[in-house]
Amino acid sequence: MELLGYFNYWVFAIVFVIGLYAVIAKLNLIKKLLGLAIFQSAVFLMYITMDKVEGGTAPIIQKGVEGQLYSNPLPQVLILTAIVVGVSMTAMGLAIVVRIKEAYGTIEEDEILDSDHTA
Amino acid sequence: MSLSAQLPALQIVVPLLTAPLVVLLRPRGTAWAATTASSAMAFAIALAIAAGVLSGDTYTYAMGSWPAPYGIALGIDAFGALILLLITGASTLTLLACRRSLDSDIDQQRQPLFYAAWLLSLAGLSGIAASADAFNIFVFMEISSLAGYILVAGGPDRRALPAVFKYLIMGTIGATFYLIGVGLIYMMTGTLNLADMEARLGNVTNLDPVLVAAGFITVGLALKAAIFPLHVWLPNAYTYAPHAVTAFLAACGTKVALYVLLRFDFFVFQGNLAEHDVQFSLFLLPLALLGILIASGVALFESNLKRLLAFSSVAQVGYIMLGASLVTVTGLTAGILHMFNHALAKGGLFLAVAGLALAARGLELRQLGGVARRMPWTFGAFVVAALSLIGIPGTAGFVSKWYLIQATLDHGALGIVAVLVIIAGSLLAVAYIWRIVEAASFGDADGQATTVREAPTMLLAVTWLVALLNIYFGVRPEAPVELSRLAAEILLAHLL
Repeated sequence: MELLGYFNYWVFAIVFVIGLYAVIAKLNLIKKLLGLAIFQSAVFLMYITMDKVEGGTAPIIQKGVEGQLYSNPLPQVLILTAIVVGVSMTAMGLAIVVRIKEAYGTIEEDEILDSDHTA
Repeated sequence: MSLSAQLPALQIVVPLLTAPLVVLLRPRGTAWAATTASSAMAFAIALAIAAGVLSGDTYTYAMGSWPAPYGIALGIDAFGALILLLITGASTLTLLACRRSLDSDIDQQRQPLFYAAWLLSLAGLSGIAASADAFNIFVFMEISSLAGYILVAGGPDRRALPAVFKYLIMGTIGATFYLIGVGLIYMMTGTLNLADMEARLGNVTNLDPVLVAAGFITVGLALKAAIFPLHVWLPNAYTYAPHAVTAFLAACGTKVALYVLLRFDFFVFQGNLAEHDVQFSLFLLPLALLGILIASGVALFESNLKRLLAFSSVAQVGYIMLGASLVTVTGLTAGILHMFNHALAKGGLFLAVAGLALAARGLELRQLGGVARRMPWTFGAFVVAALSLIGIPGTAGFVSKWYLIQATLDHGALGIVAVLVIIAGSLLAVAYIWRIVEAASFGDADGQATTVREAPTMLLAVTWLVALLNIYFGVRPEAPVELSRLAAEILLAHLL
């Protein structure tokens, strides 16, 4: 029960580590960025999970509906901001990869390092 | 409301609003002029805030008049004021000095965009130092980082691109770690306001998530602050960035992350986690000592001038963390003072490098042969700033190292080891600075066709101004020492 109760957090931890692994282990720069995006999504999941109030509904106040239990809206707003930050980061990363491809003709990390050492 | 009450908001708003305007300024030189004017205004605001803080004020500002802890609050105390001075001062002086240097590094067409990124970076860094809200700090951190990547990648050297990619990956990992930490604390306390967080943590019964949060926040920010061994992004990013950008970032980039790190660990966690100071010291003191020794040692064998100075920066972060991890008022005062003094020294050095780069064909030490003879004034400023970096008596660097040694001597046997490391680090600094001086003074001017004599007047003037400030604050260190001591007392309020 304990284990299942924390299901979302387990998923968070696993997705988080998968992303981090891809960032560290992959040599292809695009794959690294994908890893980074996965890594960030895991954190989004963590925030969204913690705002859920059991039995709570979407936090929209309506006329005539009173005594309703709502989920906490703040983490949702926070994570909306964080998603925007994540998108800008990915866009920036991809832009840099495009320029690396133009300058080096490759997006494999080892080949880039080689070509600078021989140059 | 008087103007002085609006200063914290203006500190961020001025550069943030100038940034989109600068993009539109196409005629030659106007983008630079607008950026410099905006940065100078931010510097004036920071000076006013610092003067207010020294006379006993603290600044708080409720954004949109929403009261804290519900609204997003700004709050500037002595520590924030000092960091703001560093950020805005470094930006203004670098912009004033480096117009020619930036002209030669950045395409004319792209300059307005580059200057807009500069202002965004300035606004983001200032926002971190002015904010009293954990999530707001995250957003400003990402604004400054994203703009910072553009700045570093702006130069003509293609090796900047892989360097900036690495910087982006590691910076994002650091920021995401910080975000996880903030999320965990929010989960336990339901607040994002730092002061409120600190107060509410006292009522939390299960502190395990907070401990995890402390770990994530400390490691994430250590990554951003380039604390050894998390510094690997820094040397290449500094080396291949445009020279002006290196001078700006070296003076204040890592310090801002250190600022957030110290604020969280001492202000938020110290009073609420048992033994937090002991864990903090055990974790960071060895890293600080190793960082000083290893980074200085690497600098000794580095053949590129900018890389050499970048590794020296990693070592200097070690001194700052050494002071902080002693967890005493003298120690923190020394660490914070060293932030200020190192910014002066390293800023001056990289400005001089920008001047040397205009005359030399490259910045490998062997390519610098004879530079000191052809550009005695530029190189003279370099040497003065370098003396401050080493910590020669009479310069600013000496004052903070003196405080640091005093602080470490209170710690018995460990203190003796730390003092030995400080002395070894300083001797290594003498050695690696000497390598530069030797190469520049006695090296052969092998086939250097350039006829450039001195750096451009503005660059030379500003570099000397910074060099003389190093001496001024070495002889009259009262103001920065006072600010640092106030900052240390605020941070250590829970232990006093």
